[in-house]
Amino acid sequence: MDDIWAGLLAAFRLIVTLDDDLVEITLRSLQVSLTALVVASVIALPFGTWLAIRRFRFRRATIATLNALMGLPPVVVGLIVYLLLSRSGPFGVMGLLFTPTAMIVAQVIIITPLIASLTHQAMRELWAEYHDLLISLNTTPAQRVMTLIWDGRRALLTGALAGFGRAIGEVGAIMIVGGNIDNATRVLTTAIALETGKGDFALALGLGFVLIALALLVNFAIHALSRTEREGTW
Amino acid sequence: MRALIALVLSFFGTVVAADTMRLAVTTSFHNSGLSDVLLPAVKEDTGLDVQLLVVGTGQALRLGQAGDVDAILVHSKAAEEAFVAEGYGTHRREIMYNDFVLIGPASDPADIKDATTASEALQKIAEAQVAFVSRGDDSGTHRKERALWEDASLDPEQFTEWYNAVGAGMGASLNTASGLDAYILSDRASWLKFANKGGLAMLFAGDPEMFNQYGYLPVNPERHPHVRTDAAQKLEDWLTSSAGQSVIDGYQINGEKLFTFNAVP
Amino acid sequence: MVNPAVTLTKLSVRRRGKAILGPLDLTLEGRGPTIVLGPNGAGKTTLLKVLNGVERISSGQINWNVPDKQVREMQAYVFQRPTMLRRSVRQNLAYPLELLGRPKRQIAEDVRNWAAQVGLTGMLDDPAPRLSGGEKQKLALARALIREPKVLFLDEPCANLDGRATREIEQVLSEAQAAGTRIIMTTHDLGQARRLASDVVFLLNGLVHEQGPALQIFQNPQEIETKAFINGDIVE
Repeated sequence: MDDIWAGLLAAFRLIVTLDDDLVEITLRSLQVSLTALVVASVIALPFGTWLAIRRFRFRRATIATLNALMGLPPVVVGLIVYLLLSRSGPFGVMGLLFTPTAMIVAQVIIITPLIASLTHQAMRELWAEYHDLLISLNTTPAQRVMTLIWDGRRALLTGALAGFGRAIGEVGAIMIVGGNIDNATRVLTTAIALETGKGDFALALGLGFVLIALALLVNFAIHALSRTEREGTW
Repeated sequence: MRALIALVLSFFGTVVAADTMRLAVTTSFHNSGLSDVLLPAVKEDTGLDVQLLVVGTGQALRLGQAGDVDAILVHSKAAEEAFVAEGYGTHRREIMYNDFVLIGPASDPADIKDATTASEALQKIAEAQVAFVSRGDDSGTHRKERALWEDASLDPEQFTEWYNAVGAGMGASLNTASGLDAYILSDRASWLKFANKGGLAMLFAGDPEMFNQYGYLPVNPERHPHVRTDAAQKLEDWLTSSAGQSVIDGYQINGEKLFTFNAVP
Repeated sequence: MVNPAVTLTKLSVRRRGKAILGPLDLTLEGRGPTIVLGPNGAGKTTLLKVLNGVERISSGQINWNVPDKQVREMQAYVFQRPTMLRRSVRQNLAYPLELLGRPKRQIAEDVRNWAAQVGLTGMLDDPAPRLSGGEKQKLALARALIREPKVLFLDEPCANLDGRATREIEQVLSEAQAAGTRIIMTTHDLGQARRLASDVVFLLNGLVHEQGPALQIFQNPQEIETKAFINGDIVE
């Protein structure tokens, strides 16, 4: 219990003094995870919706694969991305290893299946509702996907936020591909792992509280944004 | 939305600054806190921005082999010599040493305080069969521990449940030892810096067998043409200079000197 | 523009080995509203969906007297339980026109006109899923007519509506008919069939049991089952 109080106190001190390092790694956490979220959403929202409306031979297998990929341990993703981006790997010449870009790549791989799967589930219901209308209006597949994404945006927002939560709280993959380099690729989670390793539980816990506060803040901000729409009531 | 795009673009536009190099170091070196005073001094004297990758010895060697770092600073002599022999590194330069210490419950149930050698201390622990935590991660510290068991004519493979191989870094292993009230081999720096000591205390130190030599190995540009040989050379020059010596020898925790500079100029 | 007509040849729809519709031969010509009558399960909705192209056919042919490409574009469909897009009434009305890429100003004007036509002007900014049953049906009707279809299918458009809403819907249908839209609809309401129909198709067990001008079917049905149905008896 003492440790938790010390952690709260450390978090309070860090935030009140606007500690330079804290601000830097917090901003980097946000940058990496928000970028990963945008990229993953651009891939996963149309793909998940397309899966909901399209019947094809390997549909069941694709959905099963997607659900399996959701449970992929981040460390494995990190290792694979490391091997791909390593100087000795196929994409080594790009020199992306140990950069924020490498961390974004890893997080995109981790959260895309999650967002796509949640999208698929949400869109299946909406598609059942809209099916006859959209077919009878002679819509193209692209128009169907767009309509479903737009009208299902609230459910999709929840899916995207789940993806963001997983991204910003992730440590195993970005530790490997980012390297936790001070002033370059250190983010909140890797800093927490580092401080825990040093036995400085108070600081680690303090950073943890900052992380929770940040995730809450992003959630509230996005919900507030979506609620400003007039038809936000249904 | 536009701001977001700008943010994304700013990422892919990130270029590594001209005088930057990547150095893989071991967890125990980083935990010592020496890098916190060393790197700013390097930056001030040479303008070199050294990015540290803090990993285990095994992973540090792998990063060097793959060409993902420009140099490595580790403490596992046999592995380092193999690294150079296989052509992954240009050469090995000894920089400094620190030492390992045996940590255990303050009550010292195995009574190792009065041991004269590390071998004797370990034999007493094995005899008493009191909890012992091993890094178990093939790190430099783990290799050292195995070598010490061998000196004591003991084989950890034969140990029963009192021997806990946790497969974790120094800090995490110390956390485990603190929780189990167990004996553990640690480098002195990690121990002094460690904040969660609980009921543990330093019980045995000083045997020359427990000295821990750090070697600096630049990655071979013949294998990886992109490595920054010039920067790696610059860092080596500084580490072995008198400026380097004064920082290394001058570094203290709680009034205790941690590292001894022993590079041959 | 020729009057749209359709011919079904040996057409059948089977699901899980069971015949739902046909095999049947049917020709729909003429201008007036065609009412499809029949007991529950006779295949009325399936027939409408086949004509609209929403339902896959198992065998046979369906031929319109216009090029294939234009068939779907000239049709509109109002489902028994109309689907409301989770948007405002205004956006629901605009949606079919947006799909066609019409200019914004024209869309706004058409939306205003059609909202006025079905009496939804005061509710343009309300969420469509919150409308009453009658309002939803009127919105669905206006949304179908806004593209000025040549053929309009309606599946029980006035089921569960009160008299006033039914009258309003029938009024709009009459105006659409007068403006040149061919109406093909199913209904349970024999009174409505009498009021609107110009032709009647009587379906029984997935087959066309009797077909003819409304006057003839209502006053002088040839088949016993048709007569029984029109008299309000239960027909199996």
